[in-house]
This record gives sequence, C-alpha cells and structure tokens, in this order.
Amino acid sequence: MELLIALSIGVLVACGVYLVLRASTFPVVMGLTLLSYATNLFLFAMGRLAIGVPAIVSQDAAGYTDPLPQALVLTAIVIAFGMTAFAIVLALKVRSETGSDHVDGKGGEV
Amino acid sequence: MMHLPILPILLPLLAGILLLLLRPLGLQVQRMVGFAVTFALLMLAVWLFDGALVGQRQVYALGHWPAPFGITLVFDQLAALMLLLTAILAVGALWYAIVTEIDAQGSHFHVLFQMQLFGLNGAFLTGDAFNLFVFFEVLLLASYSLLLHGGGKERTVAGLHYVVVNLVGSTVFLFALGALYGALGTLNIADMAAKVAELPAEREGLVMAAGLLLLLVFGLKAAMFPLYLWLPAAYANTSAPVAALFAIMTKVGVYAIIRVHGTVFGEDAGSLAYFYAPWLLGLGLITLVLAALGVLAAFRLRIQVAYLVLASVAMLLIAVGLHSETGLAAALYYLVHSTLLAGGLFLLADVIVRGRGAYADRFDPGMRLPHHALLGGLFMFAAVAALGLPPLSGFFGKLWILQAALEHPWRWAVLATVLISSAILLIALARSGSVLFYKVKDRPDAADPVLPAQISAFAPSLMAVLWLLAAVPLLVLLAQPVAEIMQQIAAQTLDTAGYRAAVFDPAVGGK
Repeated sequence: MELLIALSIGVLVACGVYLVLRASTFPVVMGLTLLSYATNLFLFAMGRLAIGVPAIVSQDAAGYTDPLPQALVLTAIVIAFGMTAFAIVLALKVRSETGSDHVDGKGGEV
Repeated sequence: MMHLPILPILLPLLAGILLLLLRPLGLQVQRMVGFAVTFALLMLAVWLFDGALVGQRQVYALGHWPAPFGITLVFDQLAALMLLLTAILAVGALWYAIVTEIDAQGSHFHVLFQMQLFGLNGAFLTGDAFNLFVFFEVLLLASYSLLLHGGGKERTVAGLHYVVVNLVGSTVFLFALGALYGALGTLNIADMAAKVAELPAEREGLVMAAGLLLLLVFGLKAAMFPLYLWLPAAYANTSAPVAALFAIMTKVGVYAIIRVHGTVFGEDAGSLAYFYAPWLLGLGLITLVLAALGVLAAFRLRIQVAYLVLASVAMLLIAVGLHSETGLAAALYYLVHSTLLAGGLFLLADVIVRGRGAYADRFDPGMRLPHHALLGGLFMFAAVAALGLPPLSGFFGKLWILQAALEHPWRWAVLATVLISSAILLIALARSGSVLFYKVKDRPDAADPVLPAQISAFAPSLMAVLWLLAAVPLLVLLAQPVAEIMQQIAAQTLDTAGYRAAVFDPAVGGK
C-alpha cells in the first residue's frame, strides 16, 4: 500500500507541475487541481496508514487511526474547492478581457 | 480581559458579514460602517498594544481545548505590534479609497477589505501552523478579489499570475505541514518547538526539509529571491489603496518566518537551531541587489515603488537572517518604517498619476503638475526616507541593521550590499524625481490631452498620504522610546521557552 500511495502522490505532483507550467489558462487550472489532490493524499498518508481501525472513540476498537489528518484534509479540500472555482472564473475573465487563453494575455488563440 | 485576544479577529469578520447585509442601503452606509469599524479596530489595537507592553503573553484556547489538542491564539508583543501596524495602514488605505471613490468601481469593496483584515489579524494571532494556513488562505482570497477590484486588462492578467503563484504556494505549504506533522506528530507551534528539541537524529533530515519547504512558502509571500517575480506587476497594476494595504502582505511572510521558524528552530532546537538563518541572509542579499536594479530599471513610478517594497523586504530578511536580538529589534523598527512608508508612497504615486493625466506614471516629461511644489516636496521626503538617508527613519533603521550586522561573520558582504544598493536607489529615485517634477514642458503639444486643472478630492486624499507618512518623522523624534520598545519585543519573541510555557500552562503566561 505504501508503494501505491507514494506512486499516486508522485504521479499526481509530476502531472500537476507539468500542467501548471503550460502557457494557457485551462491546463494551469487543471494542474492546480491535480496538485491539490496530491496534497490531500499526502496529508492523509502523513497520519500513518492503517486499515480497518476507527478514527473515533469506540467501545470495541482494537486501536485508533490518527483523526487529525482527516480534519486537515477536510479543511484542505474545502479551501481547494473554493480556490479552484475562483481560478476558473478568473481564467474565464482573462479569456473574455484579452481574447486569448494565454496566461500572459498575449497573442491570439493558443 | 479574558476574551480580548480574539476581538481583533471577530471584529472585522462580523463587520464583513454586516456590510454584506447592508449592501441594499447603498455605498454611503457601507462607507460609514466600514470606516467606523476600521477606526474602532485601530483604537482596539492601540489599547491592546499598550496592554501587551506591560503584561504577559495571553493565550486563548478556542473552545476551551487546552494546547496541544485545540487551536490556540497567542497574543504577545510581536502580534500586538503587527495588529497595530495593520490597523494604522488600513485606516489610511480605506480613507483614500473612500475619498477618491475607488471603492465605487466594483462591488463588495468594503466587505473584501474587512475580510482582508480578518485574515491578516488571524494570521498574526494564531499559535497553530495549520490555522496559520487557513488564515493565509482567507487573506489571500480576499487579496485576490481586492487586487482585481475595478477590473481592466492589465490588472486581470497580473491578477491571474498572482493567483496561480499563490495557489501553488498553498500546495507547497500543505506539503510542508504534512511532512512536519508526519515527523513531529503535532502542528501547534509551541508543541512543535518542544518536539524538535528532543528530536531523534534520524528524523532531523525530514524536519529540516519540511522547515526549508516552509521557508519557501513564507519566502514566496515575502517576495524573497527567486520567488519575487509576481510582486511588481501585481502591486503596480492594482488600485492604489489596495497596493497600500498590500504593503503589509509581504510583511506577513517575514512575520511568519520570525514566528514559526524563530520558535520551532530557535535556540533550543539542538543541531537544527537557526539552520534557516544563512539561507535567509544569503537570499535577502540577492533580493536586495535585484530590487535595487529593478528600481533603477523601472519605467513607471508605480513599478518603481513596488520594487522599493521589495528592497525593504530584502532588508528585513537580512536583519532577521542575522539571528541576533539586536538584528530582530532593528528588523521590527525597519518593518514599521517600511510598511507605513510603502503604503504612503503608493498613495502618493496615485495622487501624482491623477495630476499627470494621460502621462499617468510613465517617466516621460509631461505638463507641470497641479500643486507641484507640495507633491514634489512630499516625494523627496518619502524618497529620502526610503533610501535611508539621514535624518529620516530609514537611516536609523538601516544604521541599526548594519550595526547588528557588525557582529556577524558575513559583515563585509552585508555592509557592501546594503550600501551599494542604497547608492543605486539614490540614483534611480533622483532620476525619477527630476523627470516627474523638473523636466516639464512649457506648452502642451497638440497631441496632449487637456490636463485636469485640479486633482479631484486633492486635499482629502493627501490627508491619507500624510497619515501614513507621519510615521517617518515620528519614528525619528521618538527613536529612543520606540527603539526600547522594539528591543523589548525582540527579547520576548526570542524567549521561546517562555512562549512554550505560556501555551502549555496558561497560568504561567498570565491572563
């Protein structure tokens, strides 16, 4: 499981960085989304990976998984949602004001 | 007295919500409420600052969850200073926005302004690294909307760069927090400091990497080399009051470095103690050189002022990077001076732009400005302060930083860089001042548009400039008591053992 999680985070970050470095706004927003997925997975994994143990207090629990990263991920997801929505609206505004999808607002269609 | 530390956070938040509801009543009501609340925040900040200087740190456990389980707010002298500085700047910026009717150019200016203050005050008060992230996001989201307020093509494109860069920064922030949590098992700053102090050797590398990632994020907010490229365009293309308020935004990054790195990797951190300081000093020196060259190369006044902000941040990074008590005290003095001066300069630049009509802030010879003697005098006054020439506060700040640098092994590098960059700034500002105020045309060309005979709302807008620039002579006249206060604040900030004790045992920290 460790290898799978590590690979997922690594591939997401690599794809995210590649897309963020693109010159048109839509891939950049997609890259930001992929990066935020990667951070969520990373935060989640940082509380140690455990299978089948509860995060809340329970009578018949053999052990507990760390509940804090789950709270952190929840906050991070909400913030990432809001930021992505804002970035998309801003990208649309740039497109309509400059008539171009380029991040510098230069040139015609990219 | 118990609930005082949370008031600077609650006041702008509630005011923001109230302003949202008051919107149907029109702009005048929003202006009055917004300004009244900001002024009340200033009064509150003055009162809290006064109390903080004589009292102990106050720790506020949200929801009565004791540290390290709950979120704590820590109100100490450094936080009180930053709150006060923000409130002074906000009053000037908001006054300018109201009298020049910049707030009428789009919707929700006053709501966003209060939300910006909410995020800033929260970031200064929080004692929890994840909560710091949340407040960073609050202030960033408000700043994105404020930056774009009023619209325009250049502003939108600069805004897009600013937003994307900061969103990537937020991602890195989360990676750093995740790594720190994985290594230390806590995100409370005081608890992190305690855990780092007894860190097993095999985890040092991980914690150091996370600490450097965190430095990267704060460096991005502070516009440290090589992460400063977003700053000039963003600050030069937004509206003047927003740029003035943003003068504090770069300082949030510096504050976060002082607070988080200074506490977690403080003197008790064993082999990790102050490991970040050489990075800060080195990158600060490079930033200063590039900022000076940027000031020299600028072809527009507002870009020049944006690079002056960068130069002041570089001085702060150098002073903090010296990691001595004198250095920190000098940094705090320079922080107050440079933040208020930068805010005043952005507003002054806007007054000049309004007087130059179509020439705006390009360094082309235009017609004589209305009120040219007064504006020219103010420009020279602000330029002298920004350069660090005697007798104004920039000189005292720079001199104090250089004095602190004398005890550091890199003293020659610091002295040479600071003095040479100051000389470059002098050349650049002398040039721009002479173009703006001396090199004027006698008769308008046929191509010239008709100039405004009077700048609209000249006197009230100048009051906002004077309000912010008043700090410059005051910091000189009151240099002795102010310096003593800064030394006291620096001593308390560096007392990380006291910080930890106050967080874990509120009885020690006092009420």
